Amino acid sequence: MKLGKIKELLEAEVLCNEELLDYEAVSVFACDLMSDVLSLAKKETILLTGLTNIQAVRTAEMLDLRCIIFVRNKRPDESVIELAREKGICVLFTKYTMFTACGILYTNGLKGADMF
Amino acid sequence: MQELLSIKYDVESGDFIRGGEASSSIKKLLQQLGIKADIIKRICVACYEAEMNIVIHSLGGYIEAKIFNNKIEIVAKDKGPGIENIDLAMKEGYSTAPEYAREMGFGGGMGLPNMKKSCDEFYIESKIGEYTEVRMVVYF
Repeated sequence: MKLGKIKELLEAEVLCNEELLDYEAVSVFACDLMSDVLSLAKKETILLTGLTNIQAVRTAEMLDLRCIIFVRNKRPDESVIELAREKGICVLFTKYTMFTACGILYTNGLKGADMF
Repeated sequence: MQELLSIKYDVESGDFIRGGEASSSIKKLLQQLGIKADIIKRICVACYEAEMNIVIHSLGGYIEAKIFNNKIEIVAKDKGPGIENIDLAMKEGYSTAPEYAREMGFGGGMGLPNMKKSCDEFYIESKIGEYTEVRMVVYF
């Protein structure tokens, strides 16, 4: 599913790298624990998290993830957005809670990421 | 085996803002050297976990990356409390991280297991009250 469609479904706002809205995501991982995220297998995964600090971006960077979606209306600091912009990671944020955001994406066909 | 280059980064205790910069620099370097993306990812996961362990658990330390023509060797060494029971620390889900580390997204007890899984060779050594040293090798 394209990020643009995900943005629409979650009524999300794009905070940086809007040009990535054409990117095709194949799965989702939803978590606030970065070490759990680091055991992800596929890079075509998007990360849903409530953790809005700079380490969410660092984690995504290490895994070559192209999109982070911050849930529950938590807007990250400008420094966090800036690092994501520099690393080519599209950042969205949505008013929906983690559970609801996951439910919306799952119902629309996105599946969970595989672990290795 | 020829060592092509070696680079060392200091890692500060408790610095959650700059934590990850060493791993990020190593990633950039490996990309410039044309190493395959999936290999870089494994190296980065291991290196980043090691770096954040220094930030969370120690009094400070360093990450050293030695690049050879066929492999990378990463040494993460800190000064600090050391690890009392390494077998227990290697267990998925076991953690001694303080509450503030969890608030930052760490301390889930997956760091050391993730490092081991991501590497071809993994060695850990620790002395209580003195240091912990992790040495990891990934072949290109």
